[in-house]
Amino acid sequence: MSYLEYNTKYVPTGFRKLIYLNWPIIILLTAVASTGFVMLYSVAGGSVDPWMAPQIKRFGVGMALMIGVAMVPIWFWRNLSVLAFGGSLLLLVAVELFGEVGMGAQRWIDLGFMRLQPSELTKITLVMVLAAYYEWLPTDKTSHPIWVIIPLLIILIPTALVLKQPDLGTAILLLFGGATIMFAAGVHWAYFGTVIAAGIGTIVAVFQSRGTDWQLLKDYQFRRIDTFLDPSNDPLGAGYHITQAKIAFGSGGWTGRGFMQGTQSRLNFLPEKHTDFIFTTLAEEFGFAGAFALLMLYLLVIVFCIHSAISNKDRFASLLTIGVAMTFFLFFSVNMAMVTGLAPVVGVPLPLVSYGGSAMLVLLVAFGLVQSAHVHRPR
Amino acid sequence: MKRSAKDTEESARGISRRALVVGVAQLGIIGALGIRMKSMQIEQADHFRLLAEENRINIRLIPPARGLIFDRNGLPIAANEQNYRVVMVREDAGDVGEVLERLTKIVPLDPEELARAMEEMQRRSPFVPVTIADRLTWDDVARVNINAPALPGISAEVGLSRMYPWGADMGHVVGYVGPVSDYDLSRIDDQDPLLQIPKFQIGKTGAENKLEHDLRGSAGTKRIEVNAIGRVMRELDRKEGTSGADVQLTIDARLQTYVQARLEGESAGAVVIDLENGDLRAVASAPTFDPNLFVRGISSKNWRDLNENIYRPLAAKAVQGTYPPGSTFKMVTALAALEDGKVTAEETIRCRGYVEVSGTRFHCWKRAGHGNVNLHESLKQSCDCYYYEIGQRVGIDKIAEMARKLGLGVRHELPLSAVAAGLAPDKAWKAEVRGEDWRIGDTVNASIGQGYVLASPLQLAVMTARIATGREITPRLVRAIDGVEQPSGLGPDQGINENHLRRIRESMSDVINNSRGTAYGSRITDETMRMAGKTGTSQVRRITAEERARGVINNADLPWERRDHALFVSFAPVENPKYAIALIVEHGGGGSAAAAPIARDIMLQALADGEPQLSAYPSNVRGKIEEQQRKIRERIPPGSKGLERA
Repeated sequence: MSYLEYNTKYVPTGFRKLIYLNWPIIILLTAVASTGFVMLYSVAGGSVDPWMAPQIKRFGVGMALMIGVAMVPIWFWRNLSVLAFGGSLLLLVAVELFGEVGMGAQRWIDLGFMRLQPSELTKITLVMVLAAYYEWLPTDKTSHPIWVIIPLLIILIPTALVLKQPDLGTAILLLFGGATIMFAAGVHWAYFGTVIAAGIGTIVAVFQSRGTDWQLLKDYQFRRIDTFLDPSNDPLGAGYHITQAKIAFGSGGWTGRGFMQGTQSRLNFLPEKHTDFIFTTLAEEFGFAGAFALLMLYLLVIVFCIHSAISNKDRFASLLTIGVAMTFFLFFSVNMAMVTGLAPVVGVPLPLVSYGGSAMLVLLVAFGLVQSAHVHRPR
Repeated sequence: MKRSAKDTEESARGISRRALVVGVAQLGIIGALGIRMKSMQIEQADHFRLLAEENRINIRLIPPARGLIFDRNGLPIAANEQNYRVVMVREDAGDVGEVLERLTKIVPLDPEELARAMEEMQRRSPFVPVTIADRLTWDDVARVNINAPALPGISAEVGLSRMYPWGADMGHVVGYVGPVSDYDLSRIDDQDPLLQIPKFQIGKTGAENKLEHDLRGSAGTKRIEVNAIGRVMRELDRKEGTSGADVQLTIDARLQTYVQARLEGESAGAVVIDLENGDLRAVASAPTFDPNLFVRGISSKNWRDLNENIYRPLAAKAVQGTYPPGSTFKMVTALAALEDGKVTAEETIRCRGYVEVSGTRFHCWKRAGHGNVNLHESLKQSCDCYYYEIGQRVGIDKIAEMARKLGLGVRHELPLSAVAAGLAPDKAWKAEVRGEDWRIGDTVNASIGQGYVLASPLQLAVMTARIATGREITPRLVRAIDGVEQPSGLGPDQGINENHLRRIRESMSDVINNSRGTAYGSRITDETMRMAGKTGTSQVRRITAEERARGVINNADLPWERRDHALFVSFAPVENPKYAIALIVEHGGGGSAAAAPIARDIMLQALADGEPQLSAYPSNVRGKIEEQQRKIRERIPPGSKGLERA
């Protein structure tokens, strides 16, 4: 393999790299994470324990990792891509085989200081390997069926493994994140059009099949879909959480009920109020103003990432940045859609805000790659 | 692979185009999310806010304090007593078993109750207080409080519970309260949310039941904030309810307790009515029951004892019991005949000891007969033949009409359980109810208060009151509700010829005060308190011709339940009557021997408003009376033992 000759003459070296970091993104990420700290303080009933303090520590570690990753030249990470992806696939298989000792489904491997979820790791490595693949592939072969099948397999193998755990949220992130890179790399529109049409067709077929001899889903699966579509059908059962989340969300109004005044979260009507459903607490306590402000912060992160991708002439760096941005986007949009009742509850945390170590570290490392791409871009 | 500069440029442009498409798509989705947020948080905010409030706010009822019941002198009959109980919160207790073991050493705990509490604690959420022991004394509570550090999760609470300081003496009048039951809810059409409170106390019998509406009061509310599992977080606000209205009865508690004492040992009912306004001074039935037993939840043994007692302690004989009034009915027959002009006071009728009516012999109680008797003698000596004759002359319909005029056969509306209507039979009644023609023999029986005639002591007291005053006196049990005086029971003149009434009253006076009267032995010697009255002895069995031929069996030789009822009605003082009394001693034998002495004692007690002077009694009975008074003075009302009189 040979690589694009970098004109490294103008690439900053040493501590000068710090100046060339994409500072707006760093500031935005810190703002988002700080929102999370405030909310974790609130849902703990006005206490730094048990969530806010560990979250700050993790964010500090994550930021350090991000800067560290950013300092390393992007071509080093590119050369590592295949190895990293292979490693994370092995880990996925490992948890599939060995993780299930003891109690039920285990999605993680204990590293001592933290529990590593290979599926989280895969979110980065998949983006890396696809970006590297398309950098390696001659541009004119991008839409050739054979060269389309290879990245499809690269996406579908880890997706299938994750789906088997089962972790629907991560599977969606991998699938859509990977597809986005393929799309950005220039794979022909027709492929995407066909897949979308087939998807819609399948959904229609599934619903049409209900109550007929060739019913495609089991009755209980249909009932779950019903509950998702109208949670009030089952307000005390499966629909309880989403109903309560919507009540919390909607009762916020313009400016919310005030910091630490959200009755739904304070009185424990909200499920998972410090993890997946933390956005409802934010919306309840700070209202539309607070919820929309956070959405705008996320939007700005995306905007800066895409700007960085467009302004980067390096194919690997651009695709990587777009992939990370898409993953980040999928995180918050799926989470928000989920807590506002637009999507089924699939267990995706709100990035950098929800309490949890794995997702935060993985995301910050991913942004480290984005920073490295930014710092070491060809000039 | 190595890319040319041109290829690189092209690749970068391609990516940029696609990246913009991705960015626009993302922007679209973000826009959709923003619109969704706005729709939920702005357009539907009120709806969701309401749901959130419904989630968090529970409305609880605050039960009002039940109204008190007083006697005519302001003595409490039904009171609310502070009730100390010990409750336990499981989650605060830590080791429940150990804490309870320590508690057992301090306060008396019923093992049965304890088992129930343990069971309840397992069933309820750990933060719900469960009552461990109820009705503790102040000393017990003090001990619990002192040992509080060793008893985590245990706390003493105070509540109100109903208490009847006069115990059994007021049982039949006041009734009792108990927790509202499903049966109550199915029976009464009452939308009061208070009834939904578990174990809410409502009146079950007696005045407590009939005056429920006034006594209950209305609920207060408090709004409390609860969390998702129902734990109470704080009280947001409260609106106090209104306490029930206090009720003052016409009953004189001291007289009532005397009457109960005097009736003790008998199966009897007695009513004392105030002639000035119809006030019921005493409504006594013996034996009686202790309402306090019911409030606390009666044990099955006590319940069995009350139910299986042949003297029927749960029956309020004074108002529920109906009996053939016997000779006490003779005034009704006499007045009917006099008013109808079928007989004059002077006319004499010959008594041969029996009369023969359409082939059947009707006997006078005196086998030898009374000879020629006029109205006066007939009442004084209680001659039956005289009434057989005038009863036939006036006819049953006129007799029934007079009976109803005097308050017999009519239900008097009183706030007591199962007030009986009795029966003043007439031809229409028999045709309707029995489907038979009225026969002359029925009239003969009815003329001396036998046969179909039935009356309660209350009705007989009303009858006596109306004879004594000539006015329409209706009995009254409630003197005031919430301080508002209730209408008097003194009605207008009944329009009965005063001469006729005077004759009757004079004869009734001689029943007692004339040495040949049937109740001479029960006379009052104090001139200012002299009593008029009429004895009655009503048969509960048929005396056959053979028995009569052999000689009627003496009451004392019969089983209790086949003996005659002893009745007595009276008013006093003769000159200016203040009270009327009706008394029945079930299966007591003759009215003059079994009922009249008791009525006299009660009358004297009422007139003297306390224990009368011995000088009011004939000298030959003073010794006996003195002994009886001493016994009653020392008596504590049954069932009220241990309860302090307020």
